[in-house]
Amino acid sequence: MSEAVIRALTVPTGPRPVPSPDDARRVTDPLTDRDFQLALWMLYELHYRGFDGIDPDLEWDPLLIAARRPMEAALEAAVRELAAVDDEPTTAKEVATALTRMTNGCGAGELATFLGRHATKTQFREYLAERAVYHLHESDPQSFVLPRIDGPAKVALAELQYDEYGSGRPDRIHAGLYAKALTSLGIPTDLLTHVDRAEATTLASVNTMSLFALNRRLRGAALGHLAAFEATSSLPCAAIAEGARRLGLPPEVADYYDEHVEADAVHEQLAIRDICGALVENEPALGADVVLGAAACLAVDGLAADVLLDRWRDLRSAAS
Amino acid sequence: MTGDGRVTVQLCPGGPMLLRGADEVVADDGTVHPVGRPVVALCRCRRSQRMPWCDNSHKARRTDRADRADRPERSDEN
Repeated sequence: MSEAVIRALTVPTGPRPVPSPDDARRVTDPLTDRDFQLALWMLYELHYRGFDGIDPDLEWDPLLIAARRPMEAALEAAVRELAAVDDEPTTAKEVATALTRMTNGCGAGELATFLGRHATKTQFREYLAERAVYHLHESDPQSFVLPRIDGPAKVALAELQYDEYGSGRPDRIHAGLYAKALTSLGIPTDLLTHVDRAEATTLASVNTMSLFALNRRLRGAALGHLAAFEATSSLPCAAIAEGARRLGLPPEVADYYDEHVEADAVHEQLAIRDICGALVENEPALGADVVLGAAACLAVDGLAADVLLDRWRDLRSAAS
Repeated sequence: MTGDGRVTVQLCPGGPMLLRGADEVVADDGTVHPVGRPVVALCRCRRSQRMPWCDNSHKARRTDRADRADRPERSDEN
């Protein structure tokens, strides 16, 4: 499927082969299928930065949009199955309670604890390169949600995004801080380099955000996802910053994670109460989607973390 | 910080205090911490490692306790 997308993007004229609905339906596990995730990632990327040398008009090419629809349906079905939740909060208070309950026990998590205490420099670099697929576009998916909501939830999302984008300081844009951390270690900051090597589950993690953010129908899920992401970020970031210091990495690496310890302690409260709470107060029918989005974040990002931990564990058992 | 000069405080149940529109926070020991973002979270549980800012340690403590109770045998290999 990814080769078909590449051909469709690069063939200048004439008939362009695109992945068929059958191709999408034949994928047995979309979340772990790298070819599927890569194909979908490229289609989504047309809405973000596009690709050098590729016609920007292809963003709204009917053939590509038609090819994307069954792929999105397959991803959505897989995410819904993995993140099955049975909770339909309809007030701000119920939403806050549900999101807090879902995220409170997460702690630093196994992956961040491993990076903090045990990871080698090589493993730490692998982690940074893998996660670059998200962090080099950090917070961009959620910006697509701003024009799709109104009132206090919109104000709160704008406030959170302003902070993500550096609070008025271009040198503090979070994606830029991540790029500085990569550069300090001699790791390329070119997104495609990292996408080429990324695990299916890492691509699935960012594609899930795009799925929620680019479909207005799923705006509740996009914001629930944001809330769970922010609420499970401070403690892992503190552990990862410790790992960077333990390994004596350049200060730019710890700086990125230190920034997120404090920022995300704020963002968690904003996202749970002022964004998701206000959204559901305004549109009570979106409560179930908010919970779905939060559960999807925890489940899909959990899968992605497990894949990295398994990779390093296998290496360790092979060495012993 | 805010355009209209308003400073507001929001108390989060079981969590920090959100402070909007402040220019600086003076800590217990008199240290002045400049505020670099539109909203900051101030620690209320006094367990933060980054006082006066919240670092979510109020949650870590609960989690650590749960970890010890649930998985006492866990080793680094697993």
